[in-house]
Amino acid sequence: MTQTPEQSVRKVSVQCTLNGQPTEFLAAPYLSLLEVLRETLGLTGTKEGCNDGNCGACTVNVDGRIVDSCLMLGAEAEGKTIETIEGVAPAGGLHPLQQAFLEEAALQCGICTPGFLVSAKALLEREPDADEPRIRLWLAGNLCRCTGYDKIIRAVEKARDEMK
Amino acid sequence: MTTTEKPQEFKVVGTRPIRHDGIDKVLGRAVYGSDVRLAGMIYGAVLRSPYAHAKITKIDTSKAEAMPGVFAVMSGKDMPLVASGALDLGETVDDTAFTSDRVMAHDKVVFKGHPVAAVAAIDQNTGLEALKLIEVEYEVLKPVISLEDAMAPGAVVIHEGLIGDDLGEKVNNTNIAVHNRSEFGDPEAAFAKSATVLERTFIISRAHQGYIEPHASTAFWAPDGKITVWTTTQAPFGVRKTVSALLEQPLSDIKVIPTEIGGGFGGKIPVYLEPVAAVLSKKAGRPVKITMDRRAVFEASGPGPGGTIKVKMGVDDKGKITAATADIRYGAGAYPGASINPATAGIFACYEVPNVRIDSYDVVINMSKTAAYRAPGTPQATFASETLVGELCEIIGMSPMDFHLLNVSREGTRRPDGPVFPRIGNEACLEAIQGSEHFKSTLEPSTESKLRGRGMASGYWNGIGNKSSVTINVNEDGLVSLIEGNPDIGGTRTTIAMQAAEILGLPAEDVHPAVGDTDSIGYSDLTAGSRTTYATGTAAIEAAKMVIDEMKKRVAMIWETEYGNIEHVDGLFVSKVAPDHKFTFKEAAGKLGQTGGPVAMTGTVNVRGSGGGSFGTHLVDVEVDRDTGKVEILRYTAAQDAGKAVHPSYVEGQFQGGAVQGIGWALNEEYYTSDDGVMVNSTFLDYRMPTSLDVPMIETIIVEVANTNHPFGVRGIGETSIVPPAPAVANALANAIGVRLYQTPMNPGRILEALATKKTGK
Repeated sequence: MTQTPEQSVRKVSVQCTLNGQPTEFLAAPYLSLLEVLRETLGLTGTKEGCNDGNCGACTVNVDGRIVDSCLMLGAEAEGKTIETIEGVAPAGGLHPLQQAFLEEAALQCGICTPGFLVSAKALLEREPDADEPRIRLWLAGNLCRCTGYDKIIRAVEKARDEMK
Repeated sequence: MTTTEKPQEFKVVGTRPIRHDGIDKVLGRAVYGSDVRLAGMIYGAVLRSPYAHAKITKIDTSKAEAMPGVFAVMSGKDMPLVASGALDLGETVDDTAFTSDRVMAHDKVVFKGHPVAAVAAIDQNTGLEALKLIEVEYEVLKPVISLEDAMAPGAVVIHEGLIGDDLGEKVNNTNIAVHNRSEFGDPEAAFAKSATVLERTFIISRAHQGYIEPHASTAFWAPDGKITVWTTTQAPFGVRKTVSALLEQPLSDIKVIPTEIGGGFGGKIPVYLEPVAAVLSKKAGRPVKITMDRRAVFEASGPGPGGTIKVKMGVDDKGKITAATADIRYGAGAYPGASINPATAGIFACYEVPNVRIDSYDVVINMSKTAAYRAPGTPQATFASETLVGELCEIIGMSPMDFHLLNVSREGTRRPDGPVFPRIGNEACLEAIQGSEHFKSTLEPSTESKLRGRGMASGYWNGIGNKSSVTINVNEDGLVSLIEGNPDIGGTRTTIAMQAAEILGLPAEDVHPAVGDTDSIGYSDLTAGSRTTYATGTAAIEAAKMVIDEMKKRVAMIWETEYGNIEHVDGLFVSKVAPDHKFTFKEAAGKLGQTGGPVAMTGTVNVRGSGGGSFGTHLVDVEVDRDTGKVEILRYTAAQDAGKAVHPSYVEGQFQGGAVQGIGWALNEEYYTSDDGVMVNSTFLDYRMPTSLDVPMIETIIVEVANTNHPFGVRGIGETSIVPPAPAVANALANAIGVRLYQTPMNPGRILEALATKKTGK
């Protein structure tokens, strides 16, 4: 009798820091970080749009770098510090980017929004003075099909100005 | 902002509140299609045909059924083909038999990616492994991919049962499902007398809506026969109707719970996964979730049709249009239903055309069935007509703006396919562009390596009205909850709530909107056709008026006076007979318990006629790199008639989003298909949609010419913005490089070819 793929391989134990909390999980070694976040850990704010690293809906922050979580294995999270959309807002409030996205109407359907917020937050942490061309370049890995990007760029600029 | 008449006074409509569902969406808490998680839920996976056209000679699922972790396996025999019949989905009518066959193949596969079997397993990866154990044998048939092959005499016929409709006559053994004609006057005679006549043929690519969220559906078929479906859809009531028809189960035994929806643009109207998940659930006794992968979204869900459009236009020596004809041929995909009728309505709608004939063909080919895509059929047809107008203007030496204004359609103009326009904003949009800073600016001249050009185009979308329901419940603290039946793709919870708030005299924030499931709100047609803010907003106004009326009765009871003595003014209930008697809405709401109990009112509408029709004019500056053929969009302005912009930010957002989708279609997007019918660019890497780096800020001008068919003058505005971009870009490119392109996408390869042709004079 054959086994299911999950049963046929030994799961690996992974310890990481996830949204500020020490976190431990077991995952089959072939599972992507995206699958671990959504299925194993129930963090469905990180979205799957293409599963091949082209849409950016699954963007997370790993040790200060933005990563398409569909292209990274869950097992590779060992020892890493990871932030997902669920970790962007401070307790009881919103991050200035989240507030700006609401005020500037920077989302329509909202499916790409978590990825954009995680990407833009990483940019402003590295480059608090990022200008429009720089913001456009940085966010070029995140696809949005609704807004035409205009209001997203304006929201990031607004948050940038308010964070100063 | 251009205002062309004395506007109504509004307190809420026209403001920019934060959308009610925004907080969940920026926190990552909003539940979209594939975020559904239920106790005991298992995962479905779909086996799809590797061939575009083949007979299925054998399916053996026994090995997959025996695999550990697999709960259920199904194929066509588990979902029998239903009889042919009309499946009215509100905006379009499909055939039940074709829909049944499309969702799960029976004897034949007719497009690459056609579902042939499905499994439900303990997890996604087990399901995918199980699919490999299903043995399917095919007898491969010759695929029919091009329109020429499909329409040729003696063509391989895809559906033996298809009876074509050729101008009302029945035709057997054909791939041409429909040939329609719309005509009046005598175009031939008018062409003969014209000063100038121009005819061109255009080819436009099949293009996908490109929503970022793949289709995802979960179903639970309970032992008592009740079926619950959680799905990302634009049409929960359409899903209910389709699942009922395909599974031959009573309509009211099916409850559809729409999740948040990650984009649709028309592509999430058809049913794909819901019946499959339901059948697997019945077999497995558990809820089953199926999520499409991106490749399947491209290959097996419906893009907008590509096609060939021949356009001919004649003008007199003043530039006045004498006649126009068109021949529109769209590839519907594997089942009939390409959007030829709106193409016919839209192709010459911007003009007064005294003599016209439009032929249109809905042609079946071996690719996935097309679906609605934002202003279905109209961007394609308008690419042809507006690019032709651009060239005609060059020939007769007239500015496109002057040509548009001279020939503009207005209130009373007969649209080429029949209806007479009510009050419309076509001319107002042209004037808004004419008055814009962009129009008045001077384009930087071209250099040796950078060729610059400017172009404009107009476009039209009629929009639909149809049926909607809205329920308003008054809470004892004076706030209200509002339930509506239209999935919210781009802020419509808020635009509907704002219209109710306007009537109730409350701030937008005091109305709490929610999208109900099919058991908790009255019938509502789909979120499509630019109808939601317009028609469901009208239902919200109706419900709010009923609430105010009922509360006036309650207030009259408290003040022991006649109902006729109570007025609702500026958010206050006042007595005509006792001027010191005043209640705020909140005060009145707090007393409902003493005056007969709760107030909950449902407004239902069936809005006849269109959404009023929304015209738009776009202006674009481009820069072409002479060496690489790459096109840079330097500046872009979109003007469009919103009637009355309920939430201006979301109106601007629709203009901007449609413009950028249209730019993508113009410059990059196409289905690159092999001769055997396989799409070879079925990833976001190779199907190249615009990124933030590819476009500038999109300037917007909201024109407001009130719609006489809506209490506040609102027009449906979501779709028009994708109509003008491709011809505007084509006209700007011609202006830049001095040679015309007649085919999308106008990618670097085609531009370099055009430049080379110009150089050699061939």
